[in-house]
Formats: sequence, structure tokens, C-alpha cells
Amino acid sequence: METVFTPVQSLGGGALIGLASVLLMAFMGRIMGATGILAGLLQPADLSDWSWRAAVVAGMVSGPAVMLLVTGQFPAIQVPISTGMLVVGGFIVGIGVTLGSGCTSGHGVCGMARLSPRSIVATLIFMLTTGLTVFVIRHVLGG
Amino acid sequence: MRLLLCYGIGLIFGVGISMSGMANPAKVLNFFDVAGIWDPSLGFVMGGALAVTFVGYRFVLKRPGPVLGGMFQLPRRRDLDMPLVGGAAIFGVGWGIAGFCPGGALPAIGTGDTNVLIFVAALLAGIGAVKLFYAIFDARSRAKTT
Repeated sequence: METVFTPVQSLGGGALIGLASVLLMAFMGRIMGATGILAGLLQPADLSDWSWRAAVVAGMVSGPAVMLLVTGQFPAIQVPISTGMLVVGGFIVGIGVTLGSGCTSGHGVCGMARLSPRSIVATLIFMLTTGLTVFVIRHVLGG
Repeated sequence: MRLLLCYGIGLIFGVGISMSGMANPAKVLNFFDVAGIWDPSLGFVMGGALAVTFVGYRFVLKRPGPVLGGMFQLPRRRDLDMPLVGGAAIFGVGWGIAGFCPGGALPAIGTGDTNVLIFVAALLAGIGAVKLFYAIFDARSRAKTT
């Protein structure tokens, strides 16, 4: 499934992701990592620890509605794989981000911006294994 | 006030993800398909996010602490261990299969798309499986020492 190259929207969207990361650190002193925020939501330290995380996630979920209001349509979600593969992939992502303490937002953006050696290594590794996985599925197995 | 601010910050993140294409598995997977139908858009997302965060953090982390009190909660570990390396490698395999990462999928819940809900359910099951494993492992090692 081919997709259109969108440098302007992607750069702008990326800048907003960065802005949110900077603001969460400035006001709450927290890393804007989807894995960390979600994990703390499932196992909160106390009510106030749970409530800020719930508020951030509620804000995230409202993002597409703002897109709908501004552009007249939800962001495109095209899934080029079967439901079975989606479940397998989701389960593996859950295992990986929990063991590795972070994902694209936590390690890839916040950790890299702090020049954390753990995040730099984690990001290089997952970018590599994601690329290898896509290559194997599309060009070796021919999916 | 604190919660409203957190909601607003989450909203900025959610709009950013929606705008950038990170919520779209086809676009994410095509970024990694350099040998096929390559779409370099995601490089611009990562580049934009990193540039803003890198510069913003330089100013923010000069402050004695966060505006709303407390301390900056930054991971202090610098060592590389197996869970980090192995976990990152496993995450990449899952991301390469599904095309959703947690930060892309959470905002996408707001579209009500069935595929997103299926992915998030599987994601939570994977997180739960590791937590359960850790809990059993901890209980066993504690039982051994007492």
C-alpha cells in the first residue's frame, strides 16, 4: 500500500510532539513516553500519580477530534496487514517496550534529546530490528 | 489546573501524532521499506520532534525544578543491560509487524478505528504478560530467601 510523502505535515506534527515533551518536563518534570505513562496508569503509585497520567492520555485521545474539526477528517489509518498479525505485533510490542523501558517517544525522542546512552542504544536497536522485520516480511517472505 | 494542563499537553501530542502520520501503520511501515515503496515522512517526524525537544530541554532542565513543584524525574541509569537491549530488539520486531507503536496508537484510539482498539488490547496483554512474569519471578526469589 503506497503512501504519499508529507514532509510539511510530518515535520509540523513532529514539532508538536517535541513541544508536548518539553511542556510536560517543564511543568510536571516528567518524560513524555507513551510506554511509561501507560505503565504508570496500569500500576499507579497513588491517586495523584494516576490522575495526571489519565489526563495526558485523555488529551492524546482527543487529538484526532481536533484534526476532524480543523481539516474535516480524521487522520488516515491504513492497516496493510491481517488482524491476526496485528494481534501478534501488538503483543510483541507490549513485551518489548515493557522489558526495554520505553518506545519511540520515551527513548526515541525524550531520551535521545537528553543524549542518554541507554536511549540512544535502544533507539538504534529498535530502528534496526523494525527495518529488518519489514524487509523480511515484504521482500523475503513476500507478504 | 494541573489536570487541565496535562490534558492540554496530551492534546498537543495527540494532534502532533495525528498530523505527522505516526498513527498510520501503512506510512510507518513504508518508512522502513527502503528497498520497496519508501516514504521518508517519518524521518521528518523524528527530526522535528528531536530538534524541538533537544533545544527545549536545554532551557527547561536549567531550572531548579518543574513549574508545578517537585523534581525532574529523569532516568539516571547509564548502563546497558539485557532487558534494555533485548526489549528494544523485541519492540522493533513487533513494530515492524504491526506498524503501530504505543505513542502512535494511543492518540489513534480517538478515531474509534477497530484495528487500533485490537492493537491496543494486544499491547496491554503484552505489557500485562511481562508484569505478571516479573511478579511471579519476584515472589519466587523472595520465597527462596525467606
